[in-house]
Amino acid sequence: MQTLIQFAFVLSAALFIFGLKQLGSPATARRGNLISAIGMLIAIVAALMDQGIVDYRFILAGFVVGGVIGALAARMVAMTSMPEMVALFNGFGGMASLLVGMAALTPNAATFTLVTIVLSILIGGLTFTGSLIAYGKLSERIGSGAVMFVGQQFVNSLIVLGILGSAVMFCLQPDQAHWLYLVVGLSLVFGIMAVIPIGGADMPVVISLLNSYSGLAACAAGFAVDNNILIVAGSLVGASGIILTQIMCKAMNRSLANVLFSGFGSGKVETT
Amino acid sequence: MIPAEVFLTFILMLSIFLGFELINKVPATLHTPLMSGANAISGITVVGAVSLAGTGQQDLANWLGAAAVALASINVVGGYLVTDRMLAMFKKKEG
Repeated sequence: MQTLIQFAFVLSAALFIFGLKQLGSPATARRGNLISAIGMLIAIVAALMDQGIVDYRFILAGFVVGGVIGALAARMVAMTSMPEMVALFNGFGGMASLLVGMAALTPNAATFTLVTIVLSILIGGLTFTGSLIAYGKLSERIGSGAVMFVGQQFVNSLIVLGILGSAVMFCLQPDQAHWLYLVVGLSLVFGIMAVIPIGGADMPVVISLLNSYSGLAACAAGFAVDNNILIVAGSLVGASGIILTQIMCKAMNRSLANVLFSGFGSGKVETT
Repeated sequence: MIPAEVFLTFILMLSIFLGFELINKVPATLHTPLMSGANAISGITVVGAVSLAGTGQQDLANWLGAAAVALASINVVGGYLVTDRMLAMFKKKEG
């Protein structure tokens, strides 16, 4: 049975790759999306066959709640607000990877697993809040301008140091839950801080980058729970997302660094 | 015996190179649909979440798993449907 499940994962990985390829060309794009959706369905059905699953009630409840919300949101959103909807969906995906990472923690986990847990929490967390801010800016629920304040870079450096410090402490003392919660909290704050200095017009590029991150978060979660299909699909999205981000930057005649740090050096950047 | 981590890292490396190669020369109109379609795939984390949600332990990990299933399902279902809507709109414009 276990072998059958793994082969089903191979099949769905192939469908994801084929689907992504077809999504890149106008004539086949819609079919590509369908192919990738079939790959997802196969992966989910295969995962449900796992003999470790004894209680389907929680899974069913999760599917129903998430499926209904996702379907309604996708149906009702206006054509013009689709990019921010993608940002919102992406944020939920990141949060899911964070939760999988947290749930994967077992009392005698190996250091390798602990590192991947930290990574899935860190990337998932910053994807979640970063995407929420991107959504807010695009839908103009919050001001779409770049938010800057004195000492912002200093505060950001402190947050990064805090994340590194607490991540290392967690890997050394996995039984001390407060280090883990500190990583969770700081990652969430970092996602906000990374996106607020970027102006609303650059949000599509930021969403594409965050999309790449949510793939990497799924990939890290795949290492944490030892699951091939998460690693393959996650890293595919991570890598193709980075390339797509670069293509989008090029279309705007800018570099990625220029977009990400435009807020900080606005005086210099405007002259280009 | 080669440790499992090595195999997983191999898979990771190959998938990353494949991901880089898959995307090239995408017309500007397809940027958003492609982003959205790739985003739906990142909901794959639902597959990791179901086994955590189905342990029947009713402990914290189980609840976190169930929440992850719900969130990732939003990502998967919403992501594919929104992408399809975007692409359907293109067809009409061209034809």
